[in-house]
Amino acid sequence: MITEEIRQEIQKRLKKYANEKSAVMDALRIVQRAGGGNITKADMEEIARIVGVNPVAVNAVAAFYTMYNYGKPVGRYHIQVCRNISCALLDAERIIEHLEKRLKMRTGETTRDSRFTLSTVECLGSCGTAPMMQINDDYYENLTPERVDEILDGLE
Amino acid sequence: MEKVLLKNIDRPDAHRIDAYMRYGGYRAVKKALARGRDELIQLIKDSGLRGRGGAGFPAGLKWSFVPHDPTIQKYLCCNADEGEPGTFKDRGIMDNDPHLLLEGMMIASYAIGASVAYIYIRGEFAFGARRLQAAIDEAYDKGYLGKKIFGSDFSLDIFIHKGMGAYICGEETALLESIEGLRGQPRKKPPFPALAGLYGKPTVINNVETLSCIPAIVEKGVDWFKSMGPEKSPGPKLFCVSGHVKKPGLYELPMGTTIRDLVYNHCGGIRGDRKLKALIPGGVSAPMLTSEDLDTPLDFDSVAAKGSMLGSGAVIVMDENTCIPRVAYITNRFFSHESCGKCTPCREGTHWLTEVLRRIEYGDGRTGDVELMEKLCTNIFGRTFCPLGDGAVMALRGAFKNFREEFIYHITHKRCMVS
Repeated sequence: MITEEIRQEIQKRLKKYANEKSAVMDALRIVQRAGGGNITKADMEEIARIVGVNPVAVNAVAAFYTMYNYGKPVGRYHIQVCRNISCALLDAERIIEHLEKRLKMRTGETTRDSRFTLSTVECLGSCGTAPMMQINDDYYENLTPERVDEILDGLE
Repeated sequence: MEKVLLKNIDRPDAHRIDAYMRYGGYRAVKKALARGRDELIQLIKDSGLRGRGGAGFPAGLKWSFVPHDPTIQKYLCCNADEGEPGTFKDRGIMDNDPHLLLEGMMIASYAIGASVAYIYIRGEFAFGARRLQAAIDEAYDKGYLGKKIFGSDFSLDIFIHKGMGAYICGEETALLESIEGLRGQPRKKPPFPALAGLYGKPTVINNVETLSCIPAIVEKGVDWFKSMGPEKSPGPKLFCVSGHVKKPGLYELPMGTTIRDLVYNHCGGIRGDRKLKALIPGGVSAPMLTSEDLDTPLDFDSVAAKGSMLGSGAVIVMDENTCIPRVAYITNRFFSHESCGKCTPCREGTHWLTEVLRRIEYGDGRTGDVELMEKLCTNIFGRTFCPLGDGAVMALRGAFKNFREEFIYHITHKRCMVS
């Protein structure tokens, strides 16, 4: 659902650009955030109306960029563990295994209570403090299984 | 060396405009606005500053390609999409010293005649984006952005455009597509962005680190800048060191610092005092080097002479226990995941390479797999719009060049050569 407040927020973003179409990315992000991490088909149609583009153009963008969760709803805490080279060299695998065990789920899944989604992702630009993960907006670095437990305990 | 790019890194208040000014900030832009545009472009040309995003293209030369006609709208885009695995330097600047980047952008925009500038920041950098937005707001409040900056005729608006998780958007034309609200797929070049870029208008795209070098060059001059590093790649450089070193992190050192000095002096050597086996000097697209290359100076030309590239300055260090086929698998999986799908050789080729590497890694490798991958590489390299596919090929060829027998061993014995 796109509220009046969100609509106004999107309309503000249109002014950043010479061509309003540019605001599709901002609009999707704003709507996803307001929707608790998810985007629906109805949202995209509404975005298309506000920005003034064809819904297909909005769908194309939502499907291309990995941070849009269209068609793959995520839980309240989206845990994303880096699996790229710098983290892998410092045993990111161990962190992923630990998370799977602790949350009793496999990578790519969401817990039944929709509390956690566990994903692996490519480099998040935090390689000097590997291994690392991101939970929603925040980075957690220099991870060990013990540190992961502390972080999750802090969330629960 | 006196720090230039990280001079404020240990000052926790440097992200606030008043503190930044107390530390000498926003003096360079005032000086720049008193100069002619051509004079500024010449200054940056004379400084020898080369683009820190990876390609090492001379920054002043790039600026000089922009047409002079004042009736044409021009744009500056700051590439803050920092996605090359191993790289975390631009984040260091944006998180801690956002006004340094803004000041560099103001000077660059003035020099090329741009009245609008965008910072394309990768979506995951939420903290950095908040810091930058706060810095932009402060600059507007002080009248340092907006109309008639510092009483001059120059006006500038800076906006943030957030990426949403696509490595390819670090490629400059894909970045422009993304700002235009499209899928981030690279454009055919020519025309180059300096003539037809954002919305078809002349556009300069510079990396965060490149732009952050500008204020100091304006303030301290060309001779000072050239006193650091080799003649053909002068200046300070940020090195992002990760992997098996004792002290990984972000280091600012002169261009041309040797690998040995960086790894063994600044980073304290290899963890557990093991031996260095391989090292990627400039992000995963750069072919790996070995312990025989330790005395190579880290500058654009010296690393290129060794058959690799300085790229983004992301130095990934691997000790003697590292399985190179596994590294190749992880690296290629990344390229396959990030291929935008526009060009068939890259989209299909990186996928196929990953599948072959996966079966080798999991003990199902077949005789002839190395040759098969070499054939695939030939069919990708040079046959795509952008360098993503080339990067995947260069990285893999680099691994084959130095560690071919390890791939063969992995295929034959169905396990790693190292323990």
